[in-house]
Amino acid sequence: MSDTSFFTQGDPIADAKAPGGPIEQRWTTRKFEAKLVNPANKRKKTIIIIGTGLAGGSAGATLGEAGYKVIQFCFQDSPRRAHSIAAQGGINAAKNYRNDGDSVHRLFYDTVKGGDYRSRESNVHRLAEISTQIIDQCVAQGVPFAREYGGLLDNRSFGGAQVSRTFYARGQTGQQLLLGAYQALMRQVDAGNVELHPRHEMLDLIMEDGRARGVVVRNLLNGEIKHYTADAVVLASGGYGNVYFLSTNAMGSNVTATWRAHKHGAYFANPCYTQIHPTCIPVSGDHQSKLTLMSESLRNDGRVWVPKKAGDTRRPADIPEDERDYYLERIYPAFGNLVPRDIASRAAKNVCDEGRGVGPGGLGVYLDFSGAIERLGRKSIEAKYGNLFEMYERITGENPYETPMRIYPAVHYTMGGLWVDYDLSSNIPGLFVTGEANFSDHGANRLGASALMQGLADGYFVLPNTIGDYIAQTKLPPVAESAITEAEQRVRSQIETFLSIDGDRSVDSFHRELGHIMWEYCGMERTEEGLKKALELIPALRKEFWERVKVTGKGEELNQQLEKAGRVADFLELAELMVIDALHRTESCGGHFRAESQDEEGEAKRDDANFSYVAAWEWAGEGEKPILHKEALEFEYVHPTQRSYK
Amino acid sequence: MAVSGAVLVLFLIGHMVGNLKIFLGADDFNHYAHWLRTMGEPAVPRRTLLTILEVVISVAVVLHIWSAVSLGKRARAARPVKYQARKKSHAQGYAVHTMRYGGVIILLFVIWHLLDLTFLVVNPKGDGFTPYERVVADFDASRWYITVWYVLAVLLVGLHLRHGVWSAFNSLGWRTPRNDRTLRGLAFAVAGVVTLGFVSVPLSVTFGWVS
Amino acid sequence: MKLTLRVWRQSGPDDKGRMVEYPVDGISEDASFLEMLDVLNEELIARGEEPVAFDHDCREGICGMCSLVINGTPHGPERNTTTCQLHMRKFKDGEVIDVEPWRAKAFPVVKDLVVDRSAFDRIIKSGGYISAPTGAAPEAHSVPVPKPDADRAFEAAECIGCGACVAACPNGSASLFLGAKVTHLGLLPQGQPERWDRVVSMLETHDSEGFGGCTNTGECTVACPKGIPLDVIGRLNHDYIKATAGGAKK
Repeated sequence: MSDTSFFTQGDPIADAKAPGGPIEQRWTTRKFEAKLVNPANKRKKTIIIIGTGLAGGSAGATLGEAGYKVIQFCFQDSPRRAHSIAAQGGINAAKNYRNDGDSVHRLFYDTVKGGDYRSRESNVHRLAEISTQIIDQCVAQGVPFAREYGGLLDNRSFGGAQVSRTFYARGQTGQQLLLGAYQALMRQVDAGNVELHPRHEMLDLIMEDGRARGVVVRNLLNGEIKHYTADAVVLASGGYGNVYFLSTNAMGSNVTATWRAHKHGAYFANPCYTQIHPTCIPVSGDHQSKLTLMSESLRNDGRVWVPKKAGDTRRPADIPEDERDYYLERIYPAFGNLVPRDIASRAAKNVCDEGRGVGPGGLGVYLDFSGAIERLGRKSIEAKYGNLFEMYERITGENPYETPMRIYPAVHYTMGGLWVDYDLSSNIPGLFVTGEANFSDHGANRLGASALMQGLADGYFVLPNTIGDYIAQTKLPPVAESAITEAEQRVRSQIETFLSIDGDRSVDSFHRELGHIMWEYCGMERTEEGLKKALELIPALRKEFWERVKVTGKGEELNQQLEKAGRVADFLELAELMVIDALHRTESCGGHFRAESQDEEGEAKRDDANFSYVAAWEWAGEGEKPILHKEALEFEYVHPTQRSYK
Repeated sequence: MAVSGAVLVLFLIGHMVGNLKIFLGADDFNHYAHWLRTMGEPAVPRRTLLTILEVVISVAVVLHIWSAVSLGKRARAARPVKYQARKKSHAQGYAVHTMRYGGVIILLFVIWHLLDLTFLVVNPKGDGFTPYERVVADFDASRWYITVWYVLAVLLVGLHLRHGVWSAFNSLGWRTPRNDRTLRGLAFAVAGVVTLGFVSVPLSVTFGWVS
Repeated sequence: MKLTLRVWRQSGPDDKGRMVEYPVDGISEDASFLEMLDVLNEELIARGEEPVAFDHDCREGICGMCSLVINGTPHGPERNTTTCQLHMRKFKDGEVIDVEPWRAKAFPVVKDLVVDRSAFDRIIKSGGYISAPTGAAPEAHSVPVPKPDADRAFEAAECIGCGACVAACPNGSASLFLGAKVTHLGLLPQGQPERWDRVVSMLETHDSEGFGGCTNTGECTVACPKGIPLDVIGRLNHDYIKATAGGAKK
């Protein structure tokens, strides 16, 4: 059991909105039971949405169309730039167009199992049900999915799934889906239903009577601090992978919106669940600012290896076959190079820890296509992976047709996020959370091609059906001036503090250092010792940050240093909670691997007796121990088993 | 731009075919020049069709210049602050960069050309001679600089057509990925034929092949 | 690597702005162009100077937020590559590199290398969509789309909205951006009902935003990091002429 010296045990919580009954009926039941808002009244109801990615963009378009007055913000210069755009692989849907035995139930089953039994059955089933509608919706919007010669949609199997249920648009599925949502959103902007504010960052939540009533934003172009009030606030602000500094997230991706809501009382659930993607381009030096993911499909034809000898610096071509260790094939003969993401990632870390890593800093493993090129011909490899090979060459300057690629795992997605109920409402009334920003559907590990599915399910179909229930049942007075001034004051004073510290270290230097700590001690493999070390390092770094950070410029102008400072300040707090969550969860599950909890073969070992719950953390105040609320998970349909890929 | 340009291209081709009559001898050439004026007779009075043609061509010229000027103005307005670095061009070849200054030079040339062989102001022979004699006198070897001027101007016309003909198809929305090669070929062919056709006359006179 | 950067500095929209020279040293060949600017900025901050403001986000060539005219070429010398994917090994040691913002009336400079590209959003807003209310969609397989059309639509839909086409165009025209969206939606059966209104409305917005007219120079397609072909402009013109002169628009 966990050591409770670094957190406080709170009362258990439950999802009060999920209906009971047969799982196939629950969503229908909930939709029917939810109160409706009279169409004439919708015009008078304002909804604020933070973020314009798949979850936010689709919600803005749908709620605007439904007749609500939507006010939407994004920090980028256009809604189209949200980081959903970078998703490559595809989007799952239980269409069973291949007649290969897929069904809503199978997608549900695969997702619960893939999440290592740490997600809610009700939510996941709803996601699987809605998946088919998403494809219909996107096709109607003109998303140019890949098609076959007959003109029908093409599918592929993805991320180790045994059925072909992934819809894709070359390697740019996220881009095409996002542009679809963006265009639908812009149509509502044109119709006057959505008021759009790009280059605005949410910096605080306006609270009144325990409800979320609005936001304080900073206009990034001129530094103006403004407030907006509403009947409900939706956070669709994405994940927090950038706490690691180096990740596949965009440079601007941040936790600020959700973290500041957390500090107003919204529970942060399962923050330690992070997904590490095994096939990214390794770090090349200290200048590195982000990591680039390459599609997992590369593992279909590439063989992963490292030299058998530690410290072998020969060129890959000079290392004879019998001095190479194809370690995935060796350890996992059944799945070989196609083991799931977390296993492939950890295995890469292990061989690098043994000193057998390749490339600069020894943080990389080879992904070798020479065998595939010999077997299938260069042409066929080029047809399959040409664009990925090009990208690799552009970034590294090496030609992967001639020399093996070097890959290394990188942080890619965060399953944790603000706690929400079945209606996607946080525990703060009036505060809804969608997409990667919430914690709900992926459990401890997300399956490939499921992030896009969840973002769009939340935004197009779930939230528009549930938010009305809150709005219809809630009578809200105008927001008191004092609540607004208070929130604005908090924001102003933080900005003034940043500008007045005038220290000697740049924001990025702190971010980098935090990233190192998190990657080292709260990354692919976590130990009690390491996590406790991190728990010392992070508060110390945070203290130093507030004493020594240097933010140049003024508050009343475009000031990218100031923007970063606010985000890093929040990461410095979130990091501590992640570590506490990781420390308290002494089991291994999905993306959270505790070295202490593994079987004889080194596989992750869950502890269902003690940890079959959602850890929802409450902010207890500056310097106080966070409060843990447990939401017990029940499995009626998919019964937990230990994963095995041997 | 595209429509007025198309009228002018047709005119150029007709003009060039007419010019080539010089190789059939003085009589043919002079007769052709005369015919231009009597076209359509006796159905319509003398010079009617020619005047109509002249009006159409003039209107096309004016529209073409007006379009070019307004596009140029829009371009200037669309980029009020210029780049400091010399902007590198990567586009499809030289012709595309000659359109604006080339167009101005072509206009100057046309004015000279009208003063020379239509209004006979700068022609060494002037009134009272046959068109054939005027041409031969114009490009006499002793006046090599006139020939050079004509040839340069015609080369610019060729470049103008090289981009212009293809561009017109794109502007009119008739270019597709499938016919692009054909259109580029067509533009090249029109530009080539017109250039060769036009330069052949002054060069032949200068080198004494026509006298 | 040692380099001399000449960077456009402009403190705000009303400042006149000028090129400022910065020597940088110790740049890795493996750094991206933006990472090289990060290094410069870290040095500027250490010296207590204002870092250079530039737009960037995903740094993997897809969000379209990065820009920069590098030595007179939008997104720099490497073809089909955004600035964030351009690496320093493409430059010579000791090189002098000019870095400027996109230049267009419709893209006013906000600060240093940051420009305001909201004109693109307004073009999309004026018709760059298919009206398909959520929930109203028919089954995805009810309308087959011939593969060649779907592929061409995809090719046009790859546009990342970065604005390099405008920055490269001697006329400051956004025809490639406009043509890409008109082509993407106009090729699909779902896009037919609004096809003619869309092109007219989007083109009107394009012109009123102050973009220049197209003279088919082809500079845009070369600068385009996604290699959007020039045909999309042919298609734009075709649809526009048909919608207006041809009376296809009601």
